[in-house]
Amino acid sequence: MTGAVKDKVVAIIAEQAVLEPNEVSMDATLEELGLDSLGLVEAIFAIEEQFDVSVPFNANDPSESEFDISNVSSMVSAVETLIANKGA
Amino acid sequence: MHRVVITGQGAICALGRSAPAVMKAMAEGVCGIGSLDFQDVDRLSISIGGQIRDYAPEDHFSRQEITLYDKFTQFALLAAKEAMAQSGLTLDEDLAGEAGVVLGTAGGGLQTQDENYRSVYEAGKNRVHPFVVPRLMNNAAASHVSMRYNLQGPSFAVATACASSNHAMGQAFGLIRSGVSKVMLAGGSESMLCFGGIKAWEGLRVMSKDGCRPFSANRNGMVQGEGAAVFVFEEYEHAKARGAEILAEVIGFAMTSDASDIVMPNKKGAKRAIQGALKNAGVAPEEVGYINAHGTGTAANDKTECAAVREVFGAHADNLLISSTKSMHGHLIGGTGAVEMLACVMAVRDGIVAPTISYEEPDPECDLDVVPNEARNAKVGVALSNAFAFGGMNAVLAVRKI
Repeated sequence: MTGAVKDKVVAIIAEQAVLEPNEVSMDATLEELGLDSLGLVEAIFAIEEQFDVSVPFNANDPSESEFDISNVSSMVSAVETLIANKGA
Repeated sequence: MHRVVITGQGAICALGRSAPAVMKAMAEGVCGIGSLDFQDVDRLSISIGGQIRDYAPEDHFSRQEITLYDKFTQFALLAAKEAMAQSGLTLDEDLAGEAGVVLGTAGGGLQTQDENYRSVYEAGKNRVHPFVVPRLMNNAAASHVSMRYNLQGPSFAVATACASSNHAMGQAFGLIRSGVSKVMLAGGSESMLCFGGIKAWEGLRVMSKDGCRPFSANRNGMVQGEGAAVFVFEEYEHAKARGAEILAEVIGFAMTSDASDIVMPNKKGAKRAIQGALKNAGVAPEEVGYINAHGTGTAANDKTECAAVREVFGAHADNLLISSTKSMHGHLIGGTGAVEMLACVMAVRDGIVAPTISYEEPDPECDLDVVPNEARNAKVGVALSNAFAFGGMNAVLAVRKI
């Protein structure tokens, strides 16, 4: 399950960054991947659609949002948490 | 070149149902933002806005009129009625040919679209009311104002997102200044507070769930409002000859395009627009006492706007007052510049500068005198009104006491 979530999140980020999934390393920041603010908002929308979750994210204050976008790994963890809470 | 003055004004928004009521609320620092109330609001994650409470179209319009008027048209007609009454103008056939109306709106008849999409898609109906098109078109408000007051000269609608009203007033100003028109009604209206309207904005993730706090370090986004404001712009000699009461003089306008990003603001574009308005008005930066900021309460706009103001005004940036009245009436999108022009008129005419309310924490990136929380008495010679739209389209107006 964990691997599947990771692969899907990476695929979504890769698509927005116009990269191949294998070019997206887990410790890369969105800035390093070349993802701008609109790309991020699109990626979050794709994550919500893919996993049927609601991502708590405000573009005005990314650091204060509950959804941690520090790097790819933190985003995968955040998505996993959202999915787990959905089932709870 | 002809001089252009304002001889009438009218407004309706969350702060009040007339220009004096809105100005009084601005001077008192009233917050018009509260819980939204419309169909399916429970399916939105954003549930606050500057909605006009207890608004009933039947109080103002006949059943036949309501059939033809989307809410954005109704708001524009109410504001225009007040403005025309104050101006005392009567248009004979000669003057009618030199009189027109330019109104800004971004969403036009969005309520009409929302209702009718709901009807055909959700309710599965196969027939809509025959007036859907004349209700929803962006020029509907301007057209109905022209019909109501027999304005037979140049009339049109302007759509530049959040700068629509400033662009509209700028066009009206130019038409009188250049001698094309003698009288122009100008301003804008917006009615985006409906399920589809807010749902679309939610997607961008720039809206605040808890309040509009422009320039405050803890700001977290914009809050929408609704309503309209309309002004009577008139050629100065014409106004003087008929003994009209002059509220203020419109002295300059400039517009620029960032040509860079569809949503992110750009300091250079904002700076060029402010500089352009000063040059067009023929005033020195030091003459400006007040700026009505675009001040949306988003992280990006407010710091970019403050940086642009610093670059234009240099040391004088610390002497002038700048406030965002969106903290009180919300962001009226295509109608916002019109309502905000009231704050400029109040500053130059009455010497009262509207505050930025809900200001809680200083932000080093917005270190100007933003008139936090309480209105200020100040002698203001020249006031500017900034509007910096999505799509990078900027429009700045300059007005002066007369």
